[in-house]
Amino acid sequence: MRVNLHVKDRVAIVGAGMTLFRRRLLETPRELAWEAARQALNEAGLTLRDIDCIVTGTAPDAFDGVHFNGEYLADGAGGFGKPVSRVYVGGGTGVMVPIAAWWHAASGHCDTVLAVAEEKMSPAMPHPQYVFAYIWDPILERPLGPNLIWIFAMEMRRYMYKCGAKKEDIALVSVKNKRNALDHPAAQAAAKITVEDVLNSELLVWPVNRLDISPVSDGAVALVIAREKTARRITDSPVWVEGVGFTLDNTHWYNRELAYPRYVQYAARMAYRMAGIERPWKEIDVAEPYDPFDYKELHHIEGLMLARPCEAWKLVKEGYFDRDGELPTSPSGGLLGVGNPIAAAGLMKVAEIFWQLRYEAGKRQVKKPVHKGVAQAWGDLMQAGTVIVLGN
Amino acid sequence: MASEGKPVNPPGTYLKRQDLERLPGLIRYKPSVKYLFAAGEALSRFLKGLKEGKILGVKCPVCGRVYVPPRAYCEYCHVPTSEWVELPGTGVVHTAVVSYIATDRSRMEKPEIVGVIRLDAPGYREDSYEFAGLFHKLCGVTPEQVMDGSVIGMKVKPRWKPPEERTGSITDIECFEPVEGGEQ
Repeated sequence: MRVNLHVKDRVAIVGAGMTLFRRRLLETPRELAWEAARQALNEAGLTLRDIDCIVTGTAPDAFDGVHFNGEYLADGAGGFGKPVSRVYVGGGTGVMVPIAAWWHAASGHCDTVLAVAEEKMSPAMPHPQYVFAYIWDPILERPLGPNLIWIFAMEMRRYMYKCGAKKEDIALVSVKNKRNALDHPAAQAAAKITVEDVLNSELLVWPVNRLDISPVSDGAVALVIAREKTARRITDSPVWVEGVGFTLDNTHWYNRELAYPRYVQYAARMAYRMAGIERPWKEIDVAEPYDPFDYKELHHIEGLMLARPCEAWKLVKEGYFDRDGELPTSPSGGLLGVGNPIAAAGLMKVAEIFWQLRYEAGKRQVKKPVHKGVAQAWGDLMQAGTVIVLGN
Repeated sequence: MASEGKPVNPPGTYLKRQDLERLPGLIRYKPSVKYLFAAGEALSRFLKGLKEGKILGVKCPVCGRVYVPPRAYCEYCHVPTSEWVELPGTGVVHTAVVSYIATDRSRMEKPEIVGVIRLDAPGYREDSYEFAGLFHKLCGVTPEQVMDGSVIGMKVKPRWKPPEERTGSITDIECFEPVEGGEQ
């Protein structure tokens, strides 16, 4: 049953655009934002004049190396002389951007919204991973000299222990997503690889090898979002934002069970309730769970209640999540295959569900008929869940 | 319907590292900022406890949760935490990994084992989602034990630095090590 939400208008996505995702791009952050915004406007058949408000998202400023990065790239995103806001929940930002764009329009405040997410990770030297040193607690964590991958490895290890999954079971996600990405025109890390390739790649922090992880990327993605009346004027096939959800847990990640992401489940429940979805594992046709690491996709499939806790890894083995499977996940190729410019990667997932629901994904189009899809991102210190449910 | 699929011709100019080096007007920039972080109300007391060789927790007067590391307020009840408790310091390993890379992603000469320790604290059920715990290094265990899973659930205790070397830091605990004769 749909809850009686006090929104003024239904809201739809009417266009999407994106740049290439690459390890290093020539374009500046604002040029990337502009390229993506222009593509999305072109696809919707609009110009900047038709846009009322702008929502932007970029993850830590330290990657681009510019403070107030939101304001720095705002004009590229079309924000010159218009209401602009930037949202930020670390890796969850990419899905938070269309959520914020939704409330801009659903409230009746803006008729059309341009939602732009950008990330340029490549400037940080010698390796962007170092920038993550600043997310750790300065008192209790930094003195131990942590690397970002530690925390993922600890979570993956716990998932393996609790759920009985092996490294080779989890590596199948990387194999699937990199294979899916072969059909994505913007993909950076598409490849035909085997489980052995993953297991034999450089060992970083056991149980994490290099091919368990998405790459470092530059890139930008944009969506055009409009209220119902306008959306119907713009296109015959609007994709409706049917549910949104977002929650934050505390930063004390070492005070909770790492095998299950409850913050994702809370956000998912919120979004499903709004969308009137009671049995997501049956009602969702296609999903883009956040996959910066291969085990993370499994973790998030379970958090999204698309599989029971500890069962996603078994279903991957059966091909359940393949493009021609019962519930395709990351048909785009995900972060593992398309790339991971942090905020832009989350929005790429929403764009993929948009294209899937319009049957515009070309070779990536999933085999089954699609009516409802979900995209999700996660961020901060095992903290933030952001979920959006779309329908055609 | 586009047969190639969306996105069509995504823009962007890929640069190899050498291409980047050849660009005109490259700027090399290294910010030099320094910080002096105060540990705050609750953690200052916790760190003082570490200096004395004690692991302290703090209890919420409303819901009874025991927080380690301590917070000044209860996250659930949003009231000041009041009652300080000293924990035995022992606990079990919740998860553990073997790191071959340092903070800046350079390779480490000797791999390091780190993990989450679920501390023995009053008020938590054995299998509760939340628990009093710390993130720290583990010693006295081998990478093989991490990989075969025998480390998880192992009973551990802190290995303290000698009192004269303690400074009131999380590193006053050198690491957590297995309890002699401890059962898994």
